[in-house]
Amino acid sequence: MSCVQTIADYGLRSIGIGERLLPTTDFTLCQQVTLIGSGMIWNIYFGVLALAAGFLLATAVALGKASNNVWLRKPSEWFVFLFRGSPLFIQFFFAYFLFLSLRSNIEFFEPFTAAWLGATIVLFLNTSAYASEIFYGALQSIPKGESEAADAYGFSGFNKFRKITWPTMMRLAWPAYTNEAIFLFHATTLVFFSGFPAWRQQGDALYYASYFADKTFNPFVPYPILAGYFILLTLVVTGLFGVVNRHLNRHLPNESRSKIRYRPKLLR
Amino acid sequence: MFEYCANPDTLDGLAWLSCYLTTGKHLSFYTSFGTVLVLLAITAPVALGFGFGGAAMARSNVTPARWIGKTYIAIVRGVPDIAFFMFFVIALDQGFEYLRHQAFCPDWDQPIRQGNDFIVCSEAKLPLSTSPQWVHEIYGFFLAVLTFAIVFGAFAANVIFGAMNAVPKAQIETAGAYGMTRRQTFWRIIVPQMWVYALPGLSNLWMVLIKATPLLFLLGVEDIVYWARELGGTKHQRFTDYPHGDWRMWYFLVLLVFYLGFTKVSEAVLDRLMKRLSRGQATAGGEALRRAAA
Repeated sequence: MSCVQTIADYGLRSIGIGERLLPTTDFTLCQQVTLIGSGMIWNIYFGVLALAAGFLLATAVALGKASNNVWLRKPSEWFVFLFRGSPLFIQFFFAYFLFLSLRSNIEFFEPFTAAWLGATIVLFLNTSAYASEIFYGALQSIPKGESEAADAYGFSGFNKFRKITWPTMMRLAWPAYTNEAIFLFHATTLVFFSGFPAWRQQGDALYYASYFADKTFNPFVPYPILAGYFILLTLVVTGLFGVVNRHLNRHLPNESRSKIRYRPKLLR
Repeated sequence: MFEYCANPDTLDGLAWLSCYLTTGKHLSFYTSFGTVLVLLAITAPVALGFGFGGAAMARSNVTPARWIGKTYIAIVRGVPDIAFFMFFVIALDQGFEYLRHQAFCPDWDQPIRQGNDFIVCSEAKLPLSTSPQWVHEIYGFFLAVLTFAIVFGAFAANVIFGAMNAVPKAQIETAGAYGMTRRQTFWRIIVPQMWVYALPGLSNLWMVLIKATPLLFLLGVEDIVYWARELGGTKHQRFTDYPHGDWRMWYFLVLLVFYLGFTKVSEAVLDRLMKRLSRGQATAGGEALRRAAA
């Protein structure tokens, strides 16, 4: 079977298009590269959705944490502590079993037990907590002068936030937020190793990599392929966030712009 | 465990619960919390050692040693760590068996990789197929510790390398002016002073290490996640004296609370440690302590 044929058969296997049966013997390099790459669709899906939705919640929670109102501050602090203080792995398990027991009572929760929705929600809440801590830190370090100047110009309320506070907050937080985005993508590999089952063997990249490692008893091929894909993904994310970073800092002279430095935050 | 547990069918309420929570399997569940703590207690110093070695090598004058150190630090970046956990356990196991195979069975003429199989002679198997169950468990645990130590050693090396570079240059130059050799400068000036710079990074790493312990489950050790799944699952009348529905949610809630509590305690301890280390240091933290005292 030629490699083109393999790609046609397995390129979209992870979302259920193409060949149903996974290869079971005589694994070729092409099959491994194709299937693991096909699994990356899930990693990107989880990462993009959680990041996009998490961005909004993170901004809200960061503002809540900085708020003077106890009723806003305390829940925000607890939310951040809950999701940053416990392992994502356990969060996945807990959420899955929670949805499972909800489902047995209420019909509505049927789709929540599937990875595409349930895991996305957990990742969304998790990244919101981590990102809101970053945004909160940035909010605290906004130069006093900028805020005072805004007052002097007559800005106030939401207008001041949208035109002055928020852009500066983003500018300060962006390098750290880039790292958060990278590690969120890495964290997506946990989904199919925790409670959430892979339906019809449609899993993410690590799911297929470990499938091959188990079948061939040779970890030295699938895992480096997986590593290659993730390094590529990391480069793409860094590039895209770099464009935004340049846009956020476009008013500053070149040398005082904050650069994105790759600082791994490791597991969560 | 208790006298009245002899016939669980007749019990209800708290009495039933007290019997249920003290079954043999539950006691294993409680000991597995100990497994996690033991893993942390062993892994943390070993990883710190790996990290120290890696950082020292990355600073070395000898070019190959520097390359090894830098590669070690760089290698764990950019790739999901869980992939490393999955990779190292098989790779280390096969590596050990391969070395033993070379040592014990020099006459073996067949290739080790035959298609999809990895075959070594029976004397090289780890652990030996004749050894008792506990040896298998200890070996599995040992592999897990080594994997954790390698991965977290690389993270620690990154932190310590940065901390060594953060020691004020003037201090090092002064040491040189006093006639200390490079080695003496390293041990007498850099190492004692770097800890205060390394501690924020290392405490972050400790938090991350705590949160990585559930991955033991993926490495095949019977840890708290394993038992929570095992005990929480639906139990039928036929197989157990204590039938119940799907309680896994509650078991994982317990784990969640356990980790949150552990994080809270760690934060408090590390805060105190930071205060202790900042005393008399030329850092913002040290300055704040001086001001508070004056």
